Amino acid sequence: MNNRNPLPIEPDLLIEMYRRMLTIRFFEEAVFDVYRKGWMPGLAHLSDGQEATPVGVCMALRPEDTITSTHRGHGHIIAKGGQVEPMMAEVMGKVSGYCRGKGGEMHIADVSLGILGANGIVGGGLGIAAGSAFTAKREGKGRVSVAFFGDGAVNQGLWYETANMAVLWKLPLIYVCENNQYTEFTHWKKLTAGEGLATRARAMGMPGVEVDGNDIVAVYQAARELVEAARCGEGPATLVCHTIRYGGHHVGDPGTAYRTKEEMEEWRKKDPIQRCERLLVENGILSPQEIEATRTEIDQRIQNAVQQARQDPFPPIEEVHEHVYA
Amino acid sequence: MSTRELTFAQAIREALDEELARDERVVLFGEDVGAWGGVFRTTEGLYEKYGPERVIDTPLSEEGYVGLAVGIAMTGMHPVPEIMFGDFITLAMDQIVNQAAKMRYMTGGQVAVPITIRATMGGGRSSGAQHSQSWHAWFAHVPGLKVAVPATPYDAKGLLKSALRDPNPVLFFEDKVMYHKIKGPVPEEEYLIPFGVADIKRQGGDVTIVALSRMVHTALAAAEKLAQEGISAEVIDPRTLTPLDEETLIQSVCKTGGAVIVDEGYTRFGVTAELAAVIAKGAFDYLDAPIERVAAFDVPIPFSPPLEFATIPDEERIIQAVHRVLEGRRPQ
Repeated sequence: MNNRNPLPIEPDLLIEMYRRMLTIRFFEEAVFDVYRKGWMPGLAHLSDGQEATPVGVCMALRPEDTITSTHRGHGHIIAKGGQVEPMMAEVMGKVSGYCRGKGGEMHIADVSLGILGANGIVGGGLGIAAGSAFTAKREGKGRVSVAFFGDGAVNQGLWYETANMAVLWKLPLIYVCENNQYTEFTHWKKLTAGEGLATRARAMGMPGVEVDGNDIVAVYQAARELVEAARCGEGPATLVCHTIRYGGHHVGDPGTAYRTKEEMEEWRKKDPIQRCERLLVENGILSPQEIEATRTEIDQRIQNAVQQARQDPFPPIEEVHEHVYA
Repeated sequence: MSTRELTFAQAIREALDEELARDERVVLFGEDVGAWGGVFRTTEGLYEKYGPERVIDTPLSEEGYVGLAVGIAMTGMHPVPEIMFGDFITLAMDQIVNQAAKMRYMTGGQVAVPITIRATMGGGRSSGAQHSQSWHAWFAHVPGLKVAVPATPYDAKGLLKSALRDPNPVLFFEDKVMYHKIKGPVPEEEYLIPFGVADIKRQGGDVTIVALSRMVHTALAAAEKLAQEGISAEVIDPRTLTPLDEETLIQSVCKTGGAVIVDEGYTRFGVTAELAAVIAKGAFDYLDAPIERVAAFDVPIPFSPPLEFATIPDEERIIQAVHRVLEGRRPQ
């Protein structure tokens, strides 16, 4: 055991973080496979490589806290407790999916878990997140709202409009910017003036914190501090997590035309799951055999979810007119 | 039932007042809706009565506060954001069309979005092209939204109270010219008016005039003049566009054999076109002449009064349209 750097979080928590990150990684790999085999309709926006950000943040949340997600949202859903079986069914457009096949891979939601939907409009969920924070403040029970979004959304007007109101009204809202470096196919620095969102957040009058988004412990600690402050009525905050998506913008994009091999190799060295595994083994929390067993178990669960979703039926045509109005 | 006369604005205010008192989940948002009482006085006194936690002055951020309201609605409250000039609703379109309207469907029925967006419409005040438009048709085009276009204080109050109890997103359009000019009887007792029920504002047998919002009053004035010529016009007010009471429109035209449809929105691809299609299909065998549409000219609303008044439908254009219908009537 390495006692020079005592583990700053509970071992059980780190194991759970590892399991959720691994679930995201394997889920995304499975969706990639499902897409290439033609088993799902539409597009697929994958988040493998970014796992530490959603997991680190969501492990700092309570079940009643809410999140809003993005078009690249599978990780957020799993991190907040979403189950891979109805997720995979939704990806394939099946009636057993979270949204009965009506949402699709970009719109998975489980409101009972506080997941107020992924969103196909970049930055489009920021209003919903702010509204949830408004309701939370009114309820007065310390509930917190988290808005996940990417580096592209920082240049949408809705961020500034809601941030202004969130600061004015001290809403318990945490803006989590997952900066995966590329807004679609263009590096964020070519599109964003100044030094990024943390600086802008401070200018708006709220804390703006930046962390290594591939370091699960750093993300968790930063998120926890901001979340607890918001819970206590200190108002909104912004957390910028620097990370990378291994894949392209969507599965059809290999992501190689606008990123160099060297750049990606550097990022691979900072892989959040490998770092977490090292932490678990070096601190004697899990043995290499237990790591392997965990990987096998989660992989098997996801493969089962794929097989089940393939067998599940599509929604009956009559459902096309259902759920338009309450 | 005892009644008194209220202006359109007073009826709106009274509906908001009663629903704020009835349901603590109701919260009002908008630019100067609070301490100032609303630029059209529709929220006067509510800030003092219910406090800054429930009658909330927002920054000039239509997308922001409508988006916020969508999230508030999804988490169990009933927000009522106001768009001061309906023209500004363009700034909030994504939140209304891509978020509020679709959340229920996209989540397979997991959430409801009970949000009532109040917006003004209507020209005739020389306010120029960005403070005079009537955009209700846009929202009637979007599945998942409901649209109300009341014409009288009575209808405004009853429909707004229904909207505030509806689990769906409702766009509630108030013609700003009516706020202080139109007065009408409103019962003292509580009442609701359901969506999707048209109202026959005047009975008649020779021609059907379908009109909504302020155009109902223009149509009624035209009908009065037509009566002096011996023409008996029936005036029908659909009151809500979504849901639409198709049956009442069709039945009236089956009786009269002719239809003139009047709306202050634009002509091209507008409300008049949709209502004409409904009538053409439902009353085809009873139509004695082509359906006439009277709507705003397809131009930005002009500033100069003679140009603006030419653009917006008036009694004369309605009367001429009725004459064309009656002249075009095929011999029996």
